[in-house]
Amino acid sequence: MEADDEIYANGGDGPSRNRPIISGEQLDIEAYAGLYTGRTKITRLLFISDHCDNPPMQLEALRMAYDEIKKGENTQLFREVVQKIDGRLGPNYAMDSAWCETVDRRAEQRKERLENELNAYRTNLIKESIRMGYNDFGDFYYAHGALGDAFKSYVRTRDYCTTSKHIIHMCMSAILVSIEMGQFTHVTSYVSKAEQTPEALDPITIAKLRCAAGLAHLEAKKYKLAARKFLEVAPELGNSYTEVIAPQDVATYGGLCALASFERTELKNKVIDNLNFRNFLELVPEVRELIHDFYSSHYASCLDYLGNLKANLLLDIHLHDHVETLYDQIRNKALIQYTHPFVSVDLNMMANAFKTSVAGLEKELEALITDNQIQARIDSHNKILYARHADQRNATFQRVLQTGSEFDRDVRAMLLRANLIKHEYNLRASRKL
Amino acid sequence: MNIVESVVTQIQGLSSSATDIAALHTYLKQADESLHTESARLLPFLDHLDPSIHSLGYLYILDACTSGPISEEQAKTLVLIFARFITSCVAEQIRLASDKFVSVCKRFKDQVMLLKAPMQGVAAMLSAVRKLQSSSAHLTTLHPEFLQLCLLSKSYKTGLSVLEDDIFEVDQPRDLFLYCYYGGMMCIGQKRFQKALELLHNVVTAPMSSINAIAVEAYKKYILVSLIHQGQFSTSLPKYASSAAQRNLKNFCQPYIELANSYSTGKIAELETYVQTSREKFESDNNLGLVKQVLSSMYKRNIQRLTQTYLTLSLQDIANTVQLNSPKEAEMHVLQMIQDGEIYATINQKDGMVRFLEDPEQYKTCEMIKHIDSSIQRMMELSKKLTTMDELMSCDPLYLAKAGRERQRFDFDDFDTVPQKFNI
Repeated sequence: MEADDEIYANGGDGPSRNRPIISGEQLDIEAYAGLYTGRTKITRLLFISDHCDNPPMQLEALRMAYDEIKKGENTQLFREVVQKIDGRLGPNYAMDSAWCETVDRRAEQRKERLENELNAYRTNLIKESIRMGYNDFGDFYYAHGALGDAFKSYVRTRDYCTTSKHIIHMCMSAILVSIEMGQFTHVTSYVSKAEQTPEALDPITIAKLRCAAGLAHLEAKKYKLAARKFLEVAPELGNSYTEVIAPQDVATYGGLCALASFERTELKNKVIDNLNFRNFLELVPEVRELIHDFYSSHYASCLDYLGNLKANLLLDIHLHDHVETLYDQIRNKALIQYTHPFVSVDLNMMANAFKTSVAGLEKELEALITDNQIQARIDSHNKILYARHADQRNATFQRVLQTGSEFDRDVRAMLLRANLIKHEYNLRASRKL
Repeated sequence: MNIVESVVTQIQGLSSSATDIAALHTYLKQADESLHTESARLLPFLDHLDPSIHSLGYLYILDACTSGPISEEQAKTLVLIFARFITSCVAEQIRLASDKFVSVCKRFKDQVMLLKAPMQGVAAMLSAVRKLQSSSAHLTTLHPEFLQLCLLSKSYKTGLSVLEDDIFEVDQPRDLFLYCYYGGMMCIGQKRFQKALELLHNVVTAPMSSINAIAVEAYKKYILVSLIHQGQFSTSLPKYASSAAQRNLKNFCQPYIELANSYSTGKIAELETYVQTSREKFESDNNLGLVKQVLSSMYKRNIQRLTQTYLTLSLQDIANTVQLNSPKEAEMHVLQMIQDGEIYATINQKDGMVRFLEDPEQYKTCEMIKHIDSSIQRMMELSKKLTTMDELMSCDPLYLAKAGRERQRFDFDDFDTVPQKFNI
């Protein structure tokens, strides 16, 4: 697709099937949930129901969560969701104790069988079988929500892995469970373990690993590194990692983190001119537009898009804690970039461009100047911002004189102390004398 | 009786040349005890001697006759005799018996304090200090006594003239502590906060095996002065401070450290409430005045920060940002700061605006060049001193012995080669 900067109106141009799912509009929960599979679908639905303040949306999310859980074998989550529903969805969505009991009983039986099999394999010392036995255990625990045990089981297979494929499989399982548990340090270590295998990895696995690494960095608030990882994800990822992340998320996370942390050149090279990433950005046209607006200094519309997206972004489990910080950073970057090329800036015009009042703008600029991110001074009387470039010569003289006097002070104090120590002076000695 | 007369005659006879003085000194040392027994009678004999010629002898007799308890009546006459002696004595002679001289001067100081007239003692003590020191870099036991008199009599200028000398040699560490502490107080009184900070810093970081009360009091003032002068305070002492100081000083100065923490938040209201609640503690340490200065310095610091971000600002805005009550108060503060040279600004009363200016110093004048040149000379001299000291140290047998012992532990390249004979 050529560089096409046409702005899509909210809601998109194409048939409703292609409407972007992450947009400024109220989140379409069904479509959103359709992006994911497996446990993450349920966790995300529950997160949405916890954090949105719109009761119909809440109930919709809970209903979908209930249906999804019933397809699986996690009775713990089932009990949780029933409690949250609290009977509001009618008798079809109430506690089904019979189902719970059946599932639990089946689980017990399966567990026993797995244990017996595993013991048999262990006595026979067949590596491959033992490995598969532990894997099955891991899958079993994962399905039943015992994430800690699942993690341990997957990690146990490490000793019985013979080929790189086995190791990759173990790493991917460990990563999946760690992300679900929220323990991102494990994620980072297993990603690097997987990347160190001697065999070349296929592009989809590489893309998956990059997504996982990006998520770990995002969690650790290392936005620049997260952006870099997300931007390197190949478009081959497609829908192959939906148990963790959707391609729309790659675009959103990558785009926002890049905007908040990259310099202009890096932004242009790695985001705007990045053909691979463009495929992802097509899925979230609002994010694409806001990045382009920022780069071309249309700050008002950029901040508008951001404002619209905020409500939906707050419902995303990975981004929720970082939305405020990222938004602040993006806004500050916009302010700095606006003032950068000018010798003097009329604060009234700038306030218009940023859709804020002059007084509020003054306060924001004051904070940035104090933080030394903008070199300027505010003429509050005439409401003008003047760029101020430090006088190097004077500053040098000042520094020199100050260094000189510090040296003077320190050396004199040092000589004095040396003299005291040299005569082995301390209070005890003088008392003895 | 004979003893005293014979002593007097000896003194009169043997005070002309250096060898005579040495002989006189030995004689006086032997006769000292007998002089002390006759102390009550000695006073009139002083009239036979001239302190500017017979300084050593005069010293011994003066010491002997004042060694007992002295009443206030006697003190009045004695003070004059002391003063006359000190101002007219000969430095070389009294340096031979420096301990005696020190105790005589101390007694003089006690007398002066007894009479509650410290002013009388200042001039005499100043000359005593100058005569006793072997060089201007030498700190004697009389220095703190002198400073104490200056403080009590409020003759700060005289005290400051002595403080200008750099000290490199010290007789007793206690002298240094007291000297720097009193010196710090005097500089604070004259608002020379940089020098006060330096002196107090010396007390706090001096080598000490256990902390003493002087160091604790000095630390309290150090915290306050660094808040006033630098607007910040870091609780960690530099690495070269003694471990005793680093561990324990903070425990004795808790209210002050909390004051520093409250100051760093930048909120005047909090600081004021804290000062109110801990008022008695500050008052009992006699530091309340300084604490009030800390409070007013906070306003100054906030206004100074404004000069970094604004070119012009209305007085109303200044009052709001700095949390003053009215634009009038803001105007007063800014005016005071301009007069003190702490900021460069002009006030436009018609608009109620303040325009902040740059520091007009262009570093192009003759005076500035002279100043820079003299600073460079000073640095070079200091460096030379440092190198000399380093060389002396490397030749010192004690140091070499220790370095030789430690040699096995380190790599061969780690320090300069030490002669073989110092190896264990």
